[in-house]
Amino acid sequence: MFNSLQERFDGIFRKLKGKGKLNDDNIKEAMREIRRALLEADVNFKIVKNFVDQVSEKAVGQEVMKSLTPGHQVVKIVHEQLIQLMGSQNFKLNFNDNRTNKIMMVGLQGSGKTTTSAKLASLGRKKFKNISPMLVACDVYRPAAIEQLTVLGKQLDIPTFTINTKNVVKIAKKALKEAESENKNLLIFDTAGRLHIDQVLMKELRDLKQTIQPDYIFFVADAMTGQDAVNVAREFNDQLEFDGVILTKMDSDARGGAALSIKAVTGKPVVFLGAGEKISDLEEFHPKRMADRILGMGDVLTLIEKAETAIDEEEALKLAEKMKKNQFNLTDFLNQLAQIKKMGPLDQLMGMLPGMNNNAMKNVKVDDKEMARIEAIILSMTPRERDKPALINGKRRLRIAQGSGSSVQQVNRLLKQFEQMKIMMKKFNNPKFMKSGMLPF
Amino acid sequence: MQDYLLYIVIAALLMAGLLIWLLLSRKKRKRADTIPKSGKTNTQSVNLKERLVKTKNGLLGQIAELLQLRGKIDEELLEDLEEALIKADVGVETSGDIIDKLRLRIREEKITETVEIQRTITGIIKDMMLADYAGKEPGLKELNSKPLVILFTGVNGVGKTTTIGKLAKRYVDTGKSVLLIAADTFRAAAIDQLAIWAERAGADISRQNQGADPSSVVFDGLKKALNSNVDIVLIDTAGRQHTKINLMNELNKIDRTIKKVIPDAPHESLLVVDATTGQNALMQAEMFGKATNLSGVVLTKLDGTAKGGIVVGIKHQLDVPVKLIGVGESTADLRDFSVDEFLKAIFD
Repeated sequence: MFNSLQERFDGIFRKLKGKGKLNDDNIKEAMREIRRALLEADVNFKIVKNFVDQVSEKAVGQEVMKSLTPGHQVVKIVHEQLIQLMGSQNFKLNFNDNRTNKIMMVGLQGSGKTTTSAKLASLGRKKFKNISPMLVACDVYRPAAIEQLTVLGKQLDIPTFTINTKNVVKIAKKALKEAESENKNLLIFDTAGRLHIDQVLMKELRDLKQTIQPDYIFFVADAMTGQDAVNVAREFNDQLEFDGVILTKMDSDARGGAALSIKAVTGKPVVFLGAGEKISDLEEFHPKRMADRILGMGDVLTLIEKAETAIDEEEALKLAEKMKKNQFNLTDFLNQLAQIKKMGPLDQLMGMLPGMNNNAMKNVKVDDKEMARIEAIILSMTPRERDKPALINGKRRLRIAQGSGSSVQQVNRLLKQFEQMKIMMKKFNNPKFMKSGMLPF
Repeated sequence: MQDYLLYIVIAALLMAGLLIWLLLSRKKRKRADTIPKSGKTNTQSVNLKERLVKTKNGLLGQIAELLQLRGKIDEELLEDLEEALIKADVGVETSGDIIDKLRLRIREEKITETVEIQRTITGIIKDMMLADYAGKEPGLKELNSKPLVILFTGVNGVGKTTTIGKLAKRYVDTGKSVLLIAADTFRAAAIDQLAIWAERAGADISRQNQGADPSSVVFDGLKKALNSNVDIVLIDTAGRQHTKINLMNELNKIDRTIKKVIPDAPHESLLVVDATTGQNALMQAEMFGKATNLSGVVLTKLDGTAKGGIVVGIKHQLDVPVKLIGVGESTADLRDFSVDEFLKAIFD
């Protein structure tokens, strides 16, 4: 997510930071490159123009020129402008336990409304104690759309409301009644995808809005959308006044320019990011963190949040203690891998680490299957071997390799890297190292 | 492959460092990171919004206006043209190439008229789109031996299943027998969706349960096609992100399975691209092309306001031509690609 944009910015800024003094030409060149990087990320043309104008206006100012670190100053300006573009405030979902909360999902065909509806229902139930969700299938056009929602609902153990009619207003009315009798206090209305220029279907949405009186209307948009994203978003907003945007398919290598454009055009914030087909993969959107991520500063805060939900605190404390004393063994490593796995796909996590998108990492595609292989190798060791890897001689290596269906070289490699890891862990325990830039605070 | 190991270890290591850091600084962070609650935001960017209102005149109208005002063709005009191309998602690189060629032609041919500019730039793009096809749209392959196998791939939500349904109808209407293979065994209800289309189109369908191995579905389906001697086989695959290695490997396996049953198949391997997609489509075409040799692109959802200019880049940079376009919901709205219509849409 945003990786290639991040790489581009990295290159541009490295050039700038290398210069002791900046002149108009340096800045002009940098701005040209920023323009190109943003356009290739599908940020809307007009917005790019504005963005670049504003940044260069600030960058050629006296303060930057006089500063001892002009390159860093420019980065700072870009950072600020990015945040401003995406909205400086974080959006918070609020539900009222004592009445029916209603969310309406709208968007183009194929943007991911149905999957996102299910994800949102699951998130609502998880984050709010007294919330009991129900999905309402209002996509009466796409073949099998209702089945899709029903299946997703079943996977989550969330009921799906369906009746056999093409009249969505009727569906909505019945659903509202059903919610009251079934004590469901969060209704998520999944509507059919439609073109923003389809007057008939847009009117259907307006009618639906009138009937439901939703607390939130979310516009679901594909992160891979190109220049047209703003046109679509504006039209939907003009007709429905939505409350926020959910960007989906962020697990692709889309550069997510839509995230930068939509807020600027509609004034409505991006509220969630959908990444992946797994139901749990809905992430809150924080403009500042996103700006950090785009500028290669990593997104440690989101990573920490993920860690907090997935990792057992006591376990973590124990682990940290062991690392401090340098008693970390392969069993601990195995536990750690299991915890990492709970936090989500590895490539997503790595993207949140600062400095993980430099050139060395560029071509690395991390495959979660490889993690399974490592686990298999460690699991093929005896508890004693895991405790003291030094015990593992040639014969044992062969046995482990055979037991885990890998080669002796792979076993060797794992052992070697585990040793290197332990050496590096020692360094982690040195507070000076922690401050020296491993983490950007 | 082995390099993954190293990076997983690095990741684990960093995660470990993070853990320690997390525990050390937990209290501090909690104080610092209180997230402000926000209500509904008002439209603050009215200015920008106003400026973004779509111009009524098409690009060519604008050019004519500009020329009248200035009476000559200059850099600014070229920049406006480039802007139009970028706005249509043609992409920075390809747009740049087009404008460079235009600049050269203007100089060489001493072009001064708007009409000429219009003709020249559309000519340049047309040459790009039809390079290697003798100036004619390539279109779908004709039936040489039974069955003609067409594989459909693409990222999620681009309209693969719908396209297959429409194409099936088209073939059935011309008297061909069609078999659909439901190899999207992943997305909930995808098989049902295809089955509904099969019924509407009057085509046969070969299916297994959700969660079945797609390659095995394809294998059985093709066997069935050979046995029942159908003319056309359309294979639906699950939408997948081109960045997911496992899923791309799975697709590659499907491709190999097809070849195992029918060695010269798939006769067409079509990437379905949503017209609203931006520059990411280039990456999609590149990665899908690696998993299964692409023979063409289907550009869907052209009935919106998106222009689908990215297909120019896909042809120009990866040499994969557009073969079909989808311009609406009805079955008749799947058409053969026409470069002239496409260009008209970009510049109007």
